[in-house]
Amino acid sequence: MGHDTQVQAKTKAQFEYERHHNAVHMRKQVINFAIMIFLTFLAFAVVVADFSAYFIKPFILLLAAVQVVLQLYSFMHMDDKKGHHIGVIQTFVWFGAVIAFTFFLTFLTIIWW
Amino acid sequence: MSSVAVANKKGFGATLWDYLTTVDHKKLGVMYLLAGTLFFAIAGLEALFMRIQLMFPNNDFVSAGTFNELLTMHGTTMLFLAATPLLFGFMNAVVPLQIGARDVAFPFLNSLGFWLFFLGAIFLHLSFFLGGAPDAGWTSYASLSLYSPGHGIDFYVLGLQISGAGTLISGINFIVTIITMRAPGMTFMRMPLFTWTTLITSALILFAFPPLTVALFFMLVDRMFGANFFDHINGGNTIIWEHLFWIFGHPEVYILVLPAFGLFSEIIPVFARKRLFGYSSMVFATILIGFLGFMVWAHHMFTTGLGPTANAIFAVSTMAIAVPTGMKVFNWILTIWGGSIKVTVPMLYALGFIPSFVAGGVTGVMQATAPLDYQLHDSYFIVAHFHYVIVGGIVLAIFGSMHFYWPIMFNRALNETLGKWTFWFFFIGFHLTFFIQHFLGLMGMPRRVFTYQADQGWDLFNFISSIGAIMMAIGVLILVFNIIISAKSKPLNCRDYWGDGRSLEWALKTPVPFYNFKQTPLVRGYDPYWLEKHEGNEEGMTYAEPLGDIHMPNNSVLPLVMSIGLFVAAFGALYHPDGVAWSIPVIIIGLAITVGAMIVRSLKDDLGFHVHVEEIVATEEQLYGKGGNK
Repeated sequence: MGHDTQVQAKTKAQFEYERHHNAVHMRKQVINFAIMIFLTFLAFAVVVADFSAYFIKPFILLLAAVQVVLQLYSFMHMDDKKGHHIGVIQTFVWFGAVIAFTFFLTFLTIIWW
Repeated sequence: MSSVAVANKKGFGATLWDYLTTVDHKKLGVMYLLAGTLFFAIAGLEALFMRIQLMFPNNDFVSAGTFNELLTMHGTTMLFLAATPLLFGFMNAVVPLQIGARDVAFPFLNSLGFWLFFLGAIFLHLSFFLGGAPDAGWTSYASLSLYSPGHGIDFYVLGLQISGAGTLISGINFIVTIITMRAPGMTFMRMPLFTWTTLITSALILFAFPPLTVALFFMLVDRMFGANFFDHINGGNTIIWEHLFWIFGHPEVYILVLPAFGLFSEIIPVFARKRLFGYSSMVFATILIGFLGFMVWAHHMFTTGLGPTANAIFAVSTMAIAVPTGMKVFNWILTIWGGSIKVTVPMLYALGFIPSFVAGGVTGVMQATAPLDYQLHDSYFIVAHFHYVIVGGIVLAIFGSMHFYWPIMFNRALNETLGKWTFWFFFIGFHLTFFIQHFLGLMGMPRRVFTYQADQGWDLFNFISSIGAIMMAIGVLILVFNIIISAKSKPLNCRDYWGDGRSLEWALKTPVPFYNFKQTPLVRGYDPYWLEKHEGNEEGMTYAEPLGDIHMPNNSVLPLVMSIGLFVAAFGALYHPDGVAWSIPVIIIGLAITVGAMIVRSLKDDLGFHVHVEEIVATEEQLYGKGGNK
C-alpha cells in the first residue's frame, strides 16, 4: 500500500555520514547566502558612491544575472546532480531564460514611441 | 467507487454526475472532443454567415457591426475554443495510452483545466445575448479595442483569461505526464511522434500563455479600472499590446499545428505499413520549430514601422522555420514512398494534407519577405494563407484523427463511405473557398471588410469562394451524420482496428478499462506493438510487472466548483465599470467559492483508491469474456 508509514532505523555509520553531508551542505548554503548579500551591498554601494550611469547600469544588470544563477543553482537546488529529471529541468529553465531575454531585448530596442 | 459492474447500465443522473466529476483522461478526452465540436460548429456557422454576406457586392445579409462581431468570434472561437480543445481531446485520449500510463500525472488538474476552458468559453459566448460580442478582431489590437463601446471586449478579456488558465494548466500537466509517467523501456527516443509533439506543444503553452495573461490583464485594468498601459494620450503605448499578443499568438499557431503534425506522423506509417522515415530528424525538427516559433512574432508587425533592421532579422528567422518544416514534409513523403499503401479515410486526409499544407507554407515564406509583405498586409492573401495552414493542416488532422482514433475512444468505427464523402466535399470546398482568395488579395481586396462595391473584378471570385464554404459545411454535416449513426452501430470489441497499428495504444483491446493497463507494459523498442506482433505475442505487449493492486485517483467535483467561482466573479468584474452596486459583492462571492474549494482540496486528504486483483480479473472478464484480455 502506498500510504503506509515506513519506519527505518539508521545505523550509526549512516547517521554519521548523513550528519557530515548535511553539515557540508549547510556550509555551502551559508556561503552562497553571504555572497548574495555582498553582491546586493555592492549594487547599493556603486549607486551611493555616485559612479557614472554608464558604469552603474551594466554593472547592476551583471550582478542581477549572477544573483539569478546563484539563486537557481544554490537555493532552488539546480546543482543537485542526483535530482530527478534534473536535465529536463535545466533545459526548461534555460530555454525560458533565453526566450525571456529575447523579449526583453526587443522591448528595449524596437519599441520607442 | 471502483465498481466491478463496469458494463452495467447507469441512470441518466448518475452518468451526468460521473462526467461532471470525472478525472479519467479518456472521459475528459471525450468531453474535450464534444465541447470542441460544439464551438467548431458555432464558429463554422459564423464563417458561413460571413461568406453569405460576401457572396454578392453590396449585400445586406448582416450589418457592418454584426459582421465585425462575426469575424472576431469566428477567429477567437476557432483558435482558442475549437482547435485547441479538439487537439487536447486527442492528447488526453491517446497520449497516456501511447506511453503506457494509467492516467495523466495530475488527474485533478486535468479536470480543472477542462472546466476552466469550458466555462471561460461559455462566458465568452454569453456576450451574444448580453449586449453584443467582441468586435475588434481575434487579435483585439488595443487601439481598436480600448474604444469599443459596450461589453464585448470585456467578455473577450475575461473569457480568454479563464479559458487560458485552463489551457496553461493542461499544458503543464502533459509536460509532467510525458516526462515522468512513461512505462519502463519507453525512452525519449522511443516515444511515438504524437507524444513528442504533445510534449513540445505543452512546452510552448507553458512559455506562450503567460505573455497573453499579462496582455489580457493590462487590457482588463485599462478598460475596467482606467489604467493607461495602451493609451498613448496618457503616456501608454498601443504597440506593447501588439508585441505581447504576438509573442503569444505566433507560438499559438505552432501549439495547434505541431499536434496536427504528430497525428499525421501516426496515421501515415500505419497506412503506408512502413516505419516512420527519419524518426530522429522528425523529433529534431519538432524541437527546432518549437524554439524558432518564439523568435519570429514581429513578422506579424512588419508594417507597424519597426525599422529595416528589425524587419530583416525577423524576416530571416521566419524563413528559417521553413527548413525544419520541409524536413517533416520530406519525411512524410519518404514514409509513403515504397510503402504498401492502404487508402482509408485517415490516409486520405493525410494525403490531402501534404500538398495543402505545403501551399500554405509557401505563401508563408512569401509574406516573410518584408518588402512584399507591405503589399500583402491586411489583404485577402493573408486570409488565404492562414486558412491554408489552419484548415489544410489542423482541421484535416482533426477530421482524419477522428476516423483514426474513433475505435479507441468510443469502441465504434466511423463509416468509411460517408467519411470519403465528407473528405471530398470538405477538401474540394476548402480549396474552392481559399485558393481563389489569394487572387482576391493580389487584386487588392482588403480583409475584414463587411462588403465591397461591384465591378472591381471581385464579384465572381467572391461568389465562388462562398460556394466553396457551403461545400465545406455540407462535408461537416455528413461527418456529424456519420458520428450519429456510429453511436447506433455495434461495439467493435477488438484490438488493433486498422490491422496495422504500431504504437502501444493499438495493443489495448477496446473498450479500454478505466485503469488502461492491467499490468504496466515493458517497451522493448520503437513501435512496441509492431515489435510484439511480429514476434507472435498474442497479448500485444510484454509486461513489466505481475498482476497486482492498481492505485487510481478518486473523482472530484471540486474542479467544477472552482471554475464556477471564477465564472461568477467574472460577471462582477464585467459590470464593475457600469457602477452597479452588486459588482464588488459578486466578485467577492465568486472568488470565495474558488478559494473555498481550493482550501477544501488542500485540507482534505484524497489518497485515491486501490483496485484489487480480484476486481481487475472480474472487470476483464466482464469486458472481454472468460479469461479476460488474452
